[in-house]
Amino acid sequence: MTALIHARGLIKRFGDFTAVDGIDVDVQAGEAFGFLGPNGAGKSSTMRMIGCVSPPTDGVLRILGMDPLRDGPAIRARLGVCPQLDNLDVELTVRENLTTYARFFGISRATARRRADELLEFVQLTERAGSKVEPLSGGMKRRLTIARALVNEPDLVLLDEPTTGLDPQARHLVWERLFRLKQQGVTLVLTTHYMDEAEQLCDRLVVMDGGRIVAEGSPRSLIEQHSTREVVELRFATEDQGAYAEKLAGVAERVEVLPDRVLLYVADGDDALAQVQRRSLSPASALVRRAGLEDVFLHLTGRTLVD
Amino acid sequence: MLTLVLPKLVSFEGSGGRAVRVTERNVNALKSAYWVVMAGGLLEPVLYLFSIGVGVGALIGDIGLPGGRTVSYTEFVAPAMLAASAMSGALAETTFNFFGKMKFMRLYDGMLATPIRPFEIAVGELIWAMVRGSLYSIAFLAIMVVMDLTTPLRALAAFPAAVLVGFAFGALGMTVATLIRSWQDFDLIGAGQFALFLFSGTFVPAEAYPAVLRWLVELSPLYRSVDLIRGISLGTAGWAQVVDVVYLLVLLAVGLTVAGTRMGKLLCK
Amino acid sequence: MTSSAYVLEYHLVNYRRTWRSSALSTMVLPLLTMLGFGLGVGGYVQTDIDGASYLDWIVPGLIASTAAQTALGEATWPVLSSFEWLKVYFAQAAAPLRVGDILGGHLAFMMFRVLLSVVAFLLVAAPFGALHSLWTLAVLPLSVLIGLAVAAPVVAYTASIRSDSYLAILFRFAVLPMSLFSGVFFPIESLPGPLRWLAYALPLWHGVDLTRAATLGLGIGAAGLWHALYLLLWCVAGWFLARWRFQRRLVF
Repeated sequence: MTALIHARGLIKRFGDFTAVDGIDVDVQAGEAFGFLGPNGAGKSSTMRMIGCVSPPTDGVLRILGMDPLRDGPAIRARLGVCPQLDNLDVELTVRENLTTYARFFGISRATARRRADELLEFVQLTERAGSKVEPLSGGMKRRLTIARALVNEPDLVLLDEPTTGLDPQARHLVWERLFRLKQQGVTLVLTTHYMDEAEQLCDRLVVMDGGRIVAEGSPRSLIEQHSTREVVELRFATEDQGAYAEKLAGVAERVEVLPDRVLLYVADGDDALAQVQRRSLSPASALVRRAGLEDVFLHLTGRTLVD
Repeated sequence: MLTLVLPKLVSFEGSGGRAVRVTERNVNALKSAYWVVMAGGLLEPVLYLFSIGVGVGALIGDIGLPGGRTVSYTEFVAPAMLAASAMSGALAETTFNFFGKMKFMRLYDGMLATPIRPFEIAVGELIWAMVRGSLYSIAFLAIMVVMDLTTPLRALAAFPAAVLVGFAFGALGMTVATLIRSWQDFDLIGAGQFALFLFSGTFVPAEAYPAVLRWLVELSPLYRSVDLIRGISLGTAGWAQVVDVVYLLVLLAVGLTVAGTRMGKLLCK
Repeated sequence: MTSSAYVLEYHLVNYRRTWRSSALSTMVLPLLTMLGFGLGVGGYVQTDIDGASYLDWIVPGLIASTAAQTALGEATWPVLSSFEWLKVYFAQAAAPLRVGDILGGHLAFMMFRVLLSVVAFLLVAAPFGALHSLWTLAVLPLSVLIGLAVAAPVVAYTASIRSDSYLAILFRFAVLPMSLFSGVFFPIESLPGPLRWLAYALPLWHGVDLTRAATLGLGIGAAGLWHALYLLLWCVAGWFLARWRFQRRLVF
């Protein structure tokens, strides 16, 4: 069985700037696949290439077994795209946004109407069907954009940061809908810099940094590979947290000193905390938690701001 | 009506069909305020006709044509107003609105995620500009007939000419739109358009200009358009009008090709 | 008063970045209009009007029209943008400025733009020998009067709308007819009755008549005073309307 997305040595350059620097990716049918990375890591450029609206500078790219350069329209006919910034048609109503968009795929008027109603139901916007786009909340706009991406019953849905800027209720609703799509067997490819989103939705993901892939695997395996099972966060009542780093030597697999706290990467958090107390170091606060993708992410892509 | 007929003319499989879908979107987007703006577009040439053609015409009286014939100034100006309105209608839709949709509304980004290609968007928008422009032309020609500025038969013949003028300027406008950097460039476009409006044999015959200037004027696309429509509406059409038609067809072909290519480069980076 | 000066300063600083693009339309358009209509069409006009050649007669009309057009341009898109897109007014309202300061400062800037355009036009018109009287100097305060009579009510209109479609409607249905039928291109005496009364009611014709009297050196006596008073009425009414609309949008 061939991969829906197949990339080898994929490169995208804008002038002197290399946005995507030779990545290899395979996405299989039915998978939920994630691109993780800080801003500027090359996620959106990759998504645009997969969406056949940005010709690769170099490398091999096959979408649904076809060549994006030659078969752009045929590929896009089977793709659903939810861009990072909503580009809904503000001159149309909510429902017209779906019916008009369906027409771009050559879908008949009757089918377009039926599907629009189903999708409005699916994203819980039926009551706003006749409303203009402008007064919708951010969450509603996002749901409408997602519904629009589904109007052609795509085999592959591309979601660029689907929940950035949404409030918690809206995020959970979007996640729940995306999860349902996944259950229906739709292949999802998404970018995100939210770790909880990646853990919730993705079967498999790659972490990108500086245009390259720096890690790949399931959320669980990435945490196992690049982090310990648990993390202890200690805050000491002093200006210089670093002063404690030496005194903590040997307690943890890895000690990270931050301006406001010290992180201990350990297999057993409670045991580590007990050791800390035995050395009579008394932190102002201590927190034991399970390691998450965020720890992996920060470990792999660094803590410095990139933009 | 239009949305029902147009798609049937061309199957979706072809580029034409996909372009028509873009046109269809604009028909769907017609809302109250926009309707009024569109109706206003019809008013413009009529106001000019009454102000300059009739008002100033009263100060001028008759005007001599190169062939030796004399016509009233109103008769002389009316076809030029038709050509100018075909031009400005097409340019408004393809420069200002097109740029707004591309940069401000990011409408085409959404369309390009579907099987539609940049060139097809260009054609679809152009068809729309023409539908709109044709409505204006029909109304204006009717006014000309009622005011006895031309005969019904000549008006009928002038209609396709006005459509051609619109098409040619639409293609030109779309090329210009892909070169625009920011809203401020519209000042430049407006100035250029106004210069064309004033000096393309619209208000005075090109023969009134000094020789060098006159040649320059005769090269301008609006001059060729005015010459074509005036020739038809005054019944003096000849070989010069054939040259006009060829000129406008070439402008249309070149404009469309360049616009489609440039759009591809702009949108599919 | 000083607070509106700060607002004016803001607009002037902004203008330092954008003046280049507007310079073209400020300088070149009047020149083109004068060549196209004054010389071109004027060449075919056989008779004198008010004892002047068509070129000399049309120039003051175009000056008044330029003052109105510049005021209109500044009172529409920039104002709409300051409310809807760039939200400049809301930022200003968050500073210790009163509504009157924000409005007054912006109107002052608009009048600055009107003066610039009119001075440019006068400089272009002078070499054509179209300015016949020392009274031409009065055109400067006059253009501010015309500009404000148009700008103030239009600012009120712009502050009441949300979409630029309504600006297109304003230009098509109000501005263009006013520019074409206010005695700029031909005497309004040749207009049919109702249209003539419409021209009397709108501000531009009064400005045109005053400006024409100034550049041609015509004595128009009491009529001039009435023109000025009528324009002033538009300014005052427009100011109060605009301040009311600004109040509604900025303080809630």
